Amino acid sequence: MTTPLLAIGREPLDLERLAGALATASSTDSGRDGAVATFLGLVRNHNVGRRVRHLEYEAYEPLALKAFERIAAEIAERWPSARLALHHRIGRLEIGEASVAIAARSPHRGDAFAACRYAIERVKQIAPIWKHEYFDGGDVWIEGATADPDDARARAEAERVACA
Amino acid sequence: MRVTVRLFARLRDIAGTAELARDVAPAAAVITVGDVWRQLAKEFPELAGYERSISSAVNADYARMDQVIRDGDEVAFLPPVSGG
Repeated sequence: MTTPLLAIGREPLDLERLAGALATASSTDSGRDGAVATFLGLVRNHNVGRRVRHLEYEAYEPLALKAFERIAAEIAERWPSARLALHHRIGRLEIGEASVAIAARSPHRGDAFAACRYAIERVKQIAPIWKHEYFDGGDVWIEGATADPDDARARAEAERVACA
Repeated sequence: MRVTVRLFARLRDIAGTAELARDVAPAAAVITVGDVWRQLAKEFPELAGYERSISSAVNADYARMDQVIRDGDEVAFLPPVSGG
């Protein structure tokens, strides 16, 4: 079975497979690429002073996939030679497990690093995904950014961070 | 006009359900996403605190609060997101 470049699912994430999918899915000559930058987001055992026990992720899956497609399109626009693979896990995740895996591939390392960083910043800004944190003494929904894919300021900020 | 409303994360907890069907207006009326939200916030007053931080989707596409909806649409309300 081929691994999709953009996906949401309940299975554990596999960064090797993600990077492999990006190599074989390349519509252009994959031999032109000199860099793959990867990112793995992990469930941390602490958050703002709380001892975290586990997280439960929820997504509006069809819209989240569209958000990933939008992020891939933004990357194609900003770093035309870079390509993106992005998988997000949902459901119950234990401490140390990976919640998000990203691979970005390009002829040169600068674009690969930038595209990878940009992708995670944009996921946090616009993807309809939520974490429910279970900690010692309670539980809470984590609420970050208001999801507005057309917010030019947020997009510019993601680009700024990516290129810092 | 009947719509399906999808709620996520804390909004779902407040309403006690992930999905509900509501008659929001006469079939011929012009109704926006914002109208659906305000009707919902009347039904579940705790939602009102999210007025300025929610975003929305219609039929699984990002939408603005002033988007006009049609009979049978699925309208989703999204609290601030926290993926990654």
